[in-house]
Amino acid sequence: MSGFSLTRIVAMLVKEFRQMMRGTPSVLLLMPIIQLMLFGYAINDNPHHLPTGVFVQDQGEFSRSVLAAIRNTGYFDIVATARSSAELDRLMALGEIDFSVTIPGDFTRRVVRRDNAQILIEADAADPSATGSAVAALATLPANALTHDLVGTLAPVTAQPAFTAVVHNRYNPEGITSYNIVPGLLGTVLSMTLVVMTAQSLARDRELGTLEGLLATPVRPVEVLIGKLIPYIGIGVVQTIVILILARVLFDVPEMGGWDALVVGTALFTTGSLALGFLISTIARTQRDAQLMAQLYFMPSFLLSGFIFPFVGMPQWAQVLGSLVPVTYFLRIVRGSLLKGQGLAVDWSSLAALGLFTVAVSALAILRYRTTLD
Amino acid sequence: MTLAIDVHGLNKHFGARHVVQDVEIQVEAGHICGFLGPNGSGKTTTLRMLCGLLTPDAGTGTCLGLDLRRDTAAIKRQTGYMTQRFSLYEDLTIEENLDFIARMYGLDRRRERLNESLERLGLIDRRRQLAGQLSGGWKQRLSLAACVLHGPRLLLLDEPTAGVDPKARREFWDEIHRLAEAGITVLVSTHYMDEAERCHDVAYIVAGRLIVRGTAEQVVASSGLITFQAEGPRADRLASQVAQAPGVLMATPFGENLHVSGTDRAALEAAIAPHRHPPYRWTETRPTLEDVFIRLMDDASHDLGHQGQPQ
Repeated sequence: MSGFSLTRIVAMLVKEFRQMMRGTPSVLLLMPIIQLMLFGYAINDNPHHLPTGVFVQDQGEFSRSVLAAIRNTGYFDIVATARSSAELDRLMALGEIDFSVTIPGDFTRRVVRRDNAQILIEADAADPSATGSAVAALATLPANALTHDLVGTLAPVTAQPAFTAVVHNRYNPEGITSYNIVPGLLGTVLSMTLVVMTAQSLARDRELGTLEGLLATPVRPVEVLIGKLIPYIGIGVVQTIVILILARVLFDVPEMGGWDALVVGTALFTTGSLALGFLISTIARTQRDAQLMAQLYFMPSFLLSGFIFPFVGMPQWAQVLGSLVPVTYFLRIVRGSLLKGQGLAVDWSSLAALGLFTVAVSALAILRYRTTLD
Repeated sequence: MTLAIDVHGLNKHFGARHVVQDVEIQVEAGHICGFLGPNGSGKTTTLRMLCGLLTPDAGTGTCLGLDLRRDTAAIKRQTGYMTQRFSLYEDLTIEENLDFIARMYGLDRRRERLNESLERLGLIDRRRQLAGQLSGGWKQRLSLAACVLHGPRLLLLDEPTAGVDPKARREFWDEIHRLAEAGITVLVSTHYMDEAERCHDVAYIVAGRLIVRGTAEQVVASSGLITFQAEGPRADRLASQVAQAPGVLMATPFGENLHVSGTDRAALEAAIAPHRHPPYRWTETRPTLEDVFIRLMDDASHDLGHQGQPQ
């Protein structure tokens, strides 16, 4: 009677397969394809074409050659020409450029006189993995940049390079990766817990049948929304505080300030994530569906937001996708605040993007929520 | 006579399926109306439309004097709806569940009301037990307690006693009668015929259409069904033979007895004539509600070309 039965194993197998196909098998197929695309094409830990700003005070031939040589490394795209070093600083703080190149007014003269000519290159090292390779590529610049210019009487008599490139790492001078990762973790941890938990909550009610009982009471949609989300906001606040304390204590992450932007950003991001979870749970029929949908959201948030892999290193299409997920903006705010000490005044565009997302998703969620079972 | 429920032309589609078709139903205030019909006939959908959980595609009328379409919020406040499936939170305690419901309806004197309710339920000692740990019978009593906590004037109960033992069912119905005595109107769906007989009147719905309405007596009388009962040693074995005879609509064994029903008295008597001898004793008997409903169901499915409506 007992013993090992192939028939029963086959019966189990057939049943499991049928149930699997009855759910949402398309997602199971979609997931590896999306992952393959993202890892294969979007992610690049040796990003080229980093946005670079220049402030050139020297109008000579040599300046142009140096800039051309910088461009030719393939790592730098000159996207802005500043009129002052203050303007360069501002562009970098805003995150519009990752590098700034300053060529002083006496550059040509000093090169000709062999009088210790210098250019200054500043890197936004908040994300050291984004800028590291580019900085390394600068090493050969002084030796090669002016070889075509310095001929004849100007030809070097010694092997000494014609000038030196002084490289300053801003914001994270030692290039410690955890400084970048740990604040970024705040975005992923919050979206992981908040989106996934709320996505399941309403789907759970539907699956268990408790939704029908709830809807038979006089409760209004907005009351359900607020009542369900506030406990999770509490969880979000606790998680944020714990991460910030651990980041400081365990990883020595500098917390430079910008608390106003951080608080507003966290509030917006938390609310937006919860509303997104709620929206998912109005669409998903079962908890399993909700889980899969949350995962689908989670993947680009993890891979395309600039959390682990530099945002600037991704191809254009991936950057467009990445700029659709709110984590991207939240990471910029968190890193801007903690590593650069930026406040509301600087971070307003990321905050506006987050705000837009939060409002749109909340509105959709309330529209989708039904007080009937129709 | 005041009507607690008075709706006409109620219709509901789910996609292409016409689940409720032109249902018209009146229930007098303080009455218990049994809502009967086969699985998937539209009972749950009708109940959900009455309490505002579903929006009717068409139909007008009033619940408790309030407009069915416009005043759903007000109807919800005065109605208790007990879902077919246990819809309280299994991971909350008995007391926590009742407290949640009390807050949902914004009740005053919550502490007092909860204690009263727990007392009446006989669960005052088990108030801190998780609702999920209760047996089927207790879950159903708790659900009823939750439904009446806010003092509704109308109760809509969807198969409240499915899968509950006879004693618990009996007690449940005693409670329903007490509530009706207090003036609450009850519309209750059920598959149990003994429960149908305990209702003041019944409504029978098949494939989304209401086909019979009235007291149990009236329904039986209007069916035109005639039933003979055969007693004697293993009279039930005659079933398959008798069922073949013309004029016999149903031949149903009950233990060792046999019920034979039809609408044509002469044909029916002819059909049982070959067996009308000892040891069998034949007597005419009152058809049961069950006989009548099975007959109605067969008729309806013939009319509809066997288009049963799955739920």
